[in-house]
Amino acid sequence: MDQFYINLLFVGASFALYFGIAIWARAGSTKEFYVAGGGVHPVANGMATAADWMSAASFISMAGLIAAGGYANSTFLMGWTGGYVLLAMLLAPYLRKFGKFTVPDFIGDRFYSKPARLVAVACLIVASTTYVIGQMAGAGIAFSRFLEVDKDTGLIIASVVVFFYAVLGGMKGITYTQVAQYCVLIVAYTIPAIFISLELTGNPIPALGLFGDHTASGMPLLAKLDQVVQELGFAAYTADVPNKLNMVLFTLTLMIGTAGLPHVIIRFFTVPKVADARWSAGWALIFIALLYLTAPAVASMARMNLIDTVYPNGTDAPSIQIDERPEWMRTWEETQLITIEDKNNDGRIQFYNDKADMSDKGWEGNELTYNRDILVLANPEIAQLPGWVIGLIAAGGLAAALSTAAGLLLAISSAVSHDLIKNAINPDISEKGELMAARASMTVAIIIATYLGMNPPGFAAQVVALAFGIAAASIFPVLMMGIFSKRINNKGAVAGMLSGLVITLVYIFMYKGWFFIPGTANLPDNVDNWILGISPLSFGAIGAIINFIVAFVVSNATEEPPVEIQELVESVRYPKGAGAAQDH
Amino acid sequence: MSTQSDRARAYWRENLRIIFTYMVVWFVVSYGCGILFVDALDQIQFFGFPLGFWFAQQGAIYVFIGLIWAYVFSMNRLDEKYDVHE
Repeated sequence: MDQFYINLLFVGASFALYFGIAIWARAGSTKEFYVAGGGVHPVANGMATAADWMSAASFISMAGLIAAGGYANSTFLMGWTGGYVLLAMLLAPYLRKFGKFTVPDFIGDRFYSKPARLVAVACLIVASTTYVIGQMAGAGIAFSRFLEVDKDTGLIIASVVVFFYAVLGGMKGITYTQVAQYCVLIVAYTIPAIFISLELTGNPIPALGLFGDHTASGMPLLAKLDQVVQELGFAAYTADVPNKLNMVLFTLTLMIGTAGLPHVIIRFFTVPKVADARWSAGWALIFIALLYLTAPAVASMARMNLIDTVYPNGTDAPSIQIDERPEWMRTWEETQLITIEDKNNDGRIQFYNDKADMSDKGWEGNELTYNRDILVLANPEIAQLPGWVIGLIAAGGLAAALSTAAGLLLAISSAVSHDLIKNAINPDISEKGELMAARASMTVAIIIATYLGMNPPGFAAQVVALAFGIAAASIFPVLMMGIFSKRINNKGAVAGMLSGLVITLVYIFMYKGWFFIPGTANLPDNVDNWILGISPLSFGAIGAIINFIVAFVVSNATEEPPVEIQELVESVRYPKGAGAAQDH
Repeated sequence: MSTQSDRARAYWRENLRIIFTYMVVWFVVSYGCGILFVDALDQIQFFGFPLGFWFAQQGAIYVFIGLIWAYVFSMNRLDEKYDVHE
């Protein structure tokens, strides 16, 4: 069967499944629309959280990032998993006990302040919108590569599918689709990884193969990889980083940013009890770890495979002839994600770090450039796996992008319909009216996200800086203080959130351009100009520290929060009564 | 009433102690073993691979899972002890 039809079959079957779930899980009330009725089983919620969390970036880009950076990019692995420890212990159980629908809900009530609620809504919308554009664009790329449709057409198909189950089912539809999407994406990710690990190391478990021996050379895989990349002028794969402060701050920003992202937090509002929120976090991290423990193996093995493809007889022997390059290289060249240029006209491909001088070998520059994102997508082809594995990857990549997009769209639309329309503009709106407003906001959010996916603005590439920076610097600290301190008052919270947010944004804009407009940066974005070597991407953690300090100082200089607020803080600390609390 | 709130305070204090203990482990494993002391650990060959690199790309994640599950069980026991479970 032609590869196109195999891909169509896999993607079509997965979409049919999502449609089926959409029809089965329609939402009849705001409680069902916002929190799936509050009756989701912790294991199901763990799976849904994993799919919600693992985006096109985790599925497609992360292994490519680690392959390129080696040890230095371990930050993503630790940062995007370690945040769940913070969620489980510092936020999820208490926010579940609070028992309302959105993250700004808690901030507005706990700090008895409309400005605090509105700042939270603004942070949520900026962070989630930046995030969702990447998902839509990712879905468009997966469509155009695997189903041979135009990128924009692919994006519209993806939006229609999301529209169907997100508008009909709200959180309820999204939850059960995410459970299905998790199953699709994890199977799609691990099967090629198992094959590749078997080929390279003889070990069927990629996470163990990573630390096993490279079958062809008999050396440990990592030692072999360190050797060949250094022969090609790259830094050793396991080499340490020069600036540990920056690595610590970047990891910390990713961790507290993860814990502060509203679309992840609201998943914990869907379980019946406080204890279930903790269980969910435990299950979620297990399901996430299945991919995150495999990704570093995929990364090192894909890098090894790529080098082996170019240098089939070792890095000392002549490299592959351009005419004899494998079929998958030609396929990806058509998308221009791989480019080959024979700089020294020897008819062979030289792939090396051309900052190292290799002119004694007659090499006149690196001749193979590739987009890092293709490593996972092309992996089955590089390892010469059967066609159905490629179809599976297509369905998996789409599942990862769509599940995260739906979760983000729900976070955005519930903030609009619940926090803006119901709480700020029209408190007298009926239950039915609010449900309709929620569906309308979801529709508008999908249309805007689709438009932005087709015409990505400059900030779309700044997911890590914007989404994680904002969540880390403004949302996480204020949530934590709202639970762990009775003394932080409305003024402290607003001052803290704003100062954390503004300082982080200013630091990012200084290096990346004001509002990411090209040419407006004050300083070149490189390590020589960063203060103490701290990258703008790592600054969220500093913003968070400033947020904590400002909130503490301002609160202590002003009056104590009212008694009923102190009682509210008391009540979120004790699990009893969470089931009843949600029936407000 | 005062005994009630004394018990509530005691429950919260125990929760804070558990959180603090686990956060120390969380910090030491990820930032300590994975980043700050990775060089020293990489000198140790554990079954033939550098231990620091293993912590950064595998070990930390296993420990995170262990921490959340330990917290789940500790808190379930604590909820029972103070009768605040549902």
